[in-house]
Amino acid sequence: METIIDKSLEELFEEKIANEIRIEPKDWMPEQYRKTLVRQISQHAHSEIVGMLPEGNWITRAPSLKRKAILLSKVQDEAGHGLYLYSAAETLGTSRDQMIADLHSGKAKYSSIFNYPTLSWADIGAIGWLVDGAAIMNQVPLIRTSYGPYARAMVRVCKEESFHQRQGFEIMMTLCNGAPAQKKMAQEAFNRWWWPTLMMFGPKDSESPNTEQSMRWKIKRFTNDELRQRFVDMMVPQAEFLGLTVPDKDLTWNEAKNGYDFGDVDWEEFWNVVKGNGPCNKDRLSTRVKAHEEGAWVREAALAHAQKRAQREAEKQA
Amino acid sequence: MDLQHTPTAALQNYSPELRVLLFDYTLQLADTSLILGHRLSEWCGHGPILEQDLAMANIALDLIGETRSLYQYAAELEGKGRTEDDLAYLREAVEYKNPLLVEQPNGDFADTVMRQFIFDGFHFFLLKDLQNSPDPGLAGIAAKSFKEASYHLKWSSEWIIRLGDGTEESKRRIEKALSNLWRYSGELFAMTQTEKQLAQASFIPEYSALQPQWEAHVAKVFAEATLEVPQNVFMQKGGKTGLHTEHLGYLLTELQYLQRAYPGLEW
Ligand SMILES: [Fe+2]
Ligand SMILES: [Fe+2]
Ligand SMILES: [Fe+2]
Repeated sequence: METIIDKSLEELFEEKIANEIRIEPKDWMPEQYRKTLVRQISQHAHSEIVGMLPEGNWITRAPSLKRKAILLSKVQDEAGHGLYLYSAAETLGTSRDQMIADLHSGKAKYSSIFNYPTLSWADIGAIGWLVDGAAIMNQVPLIRTSYGPYARAMVRVCKEESFHQRQGFEIMMTLCNGAPAQKKMAQEAFNRWWWPTLMMFGPKDSESPNTEQSMRWKIKRFTNDELRQRFVDMMVPQAEFLGLTVPDKDLTWNEAKNGYDFGDVDWEEFWNVVKGNGPCNKDRLSTRVKAHEEGAWVREAALAHAQKRAQREAEKQA
Repeated sequence: MDLQHTPTAALQNYSPELRVLLFDYTLQLADTSLILGHRLSEWCGHGPILEQDLAMANIALDLIGETRSLYQYAAELEGKGRTEDDLAYLREAVEYKNPLLVEQPNGDFADTVMRQFIFDGFHFFLLKDLQNSPDPGLAGIAAKSFKEASYHLKWSSEWIIRLGDGTEESKRRIEKALSNLWRYSGELFAMTQTEKQLAQASFIPEYSALQPQWEAHVAKVFAEATLEVPQNVFMQKGGKTGLHTEHLGYLLTELQYLQRAYPGLEW
């Protein structure tokens, strides 16, 4: 019989993956697995942080005190998600500072959805309902992802994302049951967010170079197209319930596949936004860079004060 | 449950004059926590460190929670069928009764911390005492918010110390914030007619009794922060009687935008 000692580290790793045993920070892992995870987790963390901006844009204009509190608390949750995810990525040996530097230099990406503007209050409903909805679709399978710290971070994140989605749906419902001006606002927001949300699942499988390896390592559990299909199937009835029209003339029920056929995403727009040409790419990034640069003196002061304290403590001991 | 001590039951025994006094006062407290909570919420997504972004959002949420309880209670005291949102969204700047301090713009992080610190000490000692008010409405809200206010005071005191005893730059910035904002501290303790009458009737504390406690805390924190307590500063006031700085009008324009643009709708 083969003993553990006879096996190479790589074989051990592959065996864990095959047996659904979580990979933990101290375990040996292929360099490419580590890299893929750092890229994915940090990208996810950056998305949470940049994602605070479009919705944060309406905190000061929320239409009631209750909505203001819910929205502020939601955006705060996103900051918390960013924090857990940065911590999960740090277990792979990359510091938060480094990840943030990569975001600011443009080397690291974040979800393109946040490069679209929030133009009316209904956008806050649409984002909660659609964007958090798509995030859940993408992230629930990650609870079973092979890397332990990432999987555990996802448990809490997903729980909160489903609150967000319910709150977003509730905003949409209030608008759709409200005055004609509110219903119009809701439909317009839906029209603007529907297609960008479908893009959140990433390029078509045929054009997604990382998918195959990620599926083999059980980082990903479903392909982009599979998730996109599930999302459409879930959302169309909800849109009908709200009395909203899906902005897709090709949308039809396909009895044979027990799902919807839907129109093609505008991939040219998708790649353009990825490349930095979306309506808000420049603003989002410069806002983040500005907050970081203007906060430098605060971080330095906190560090300097902590050092002074430690030194005084040491002198007292001596 | 002791019905005499529920807010609604207590109101039955109040004279119309007392109800008006309590309404005015509750409204003033609500305006104060709303405006400060709103200001802090402007930081959301723009904080100097992710952890502090979270902390400021937390404090803002506490203040907005307190605001809601206060406006709801004010609406009950008034008894005219107005709601918390009517009170927040449909009053003009001159009707707002918050002290000038809380409407001051965020400035840099030092300005925000200093504004918060000056307010938090006042808020802490006020709520500590208000928990014992014979008015069950105010006492109940104060008891709930007092725990939160203790945390706020801890947060802002620690940052005053870090920034005062941090780097040369942080010291320069916190001193600048102090010289900008100290002149708004006096108004917190200057009692309006409403406050005087309520204090006389023992519904709220005399602020002259709170002030020394606040000064002692400020002195202690400033000493650790290597900051000097400013002396002989002329104190600005007016907010508590509706005479505001120019900043409040812009804040309310933003805050009230949807309710003003689409009157009478549910959101
Ligand atoms: Fe999130
Ligand atoms: Fe997310
Ligand atoms: Fe979310």
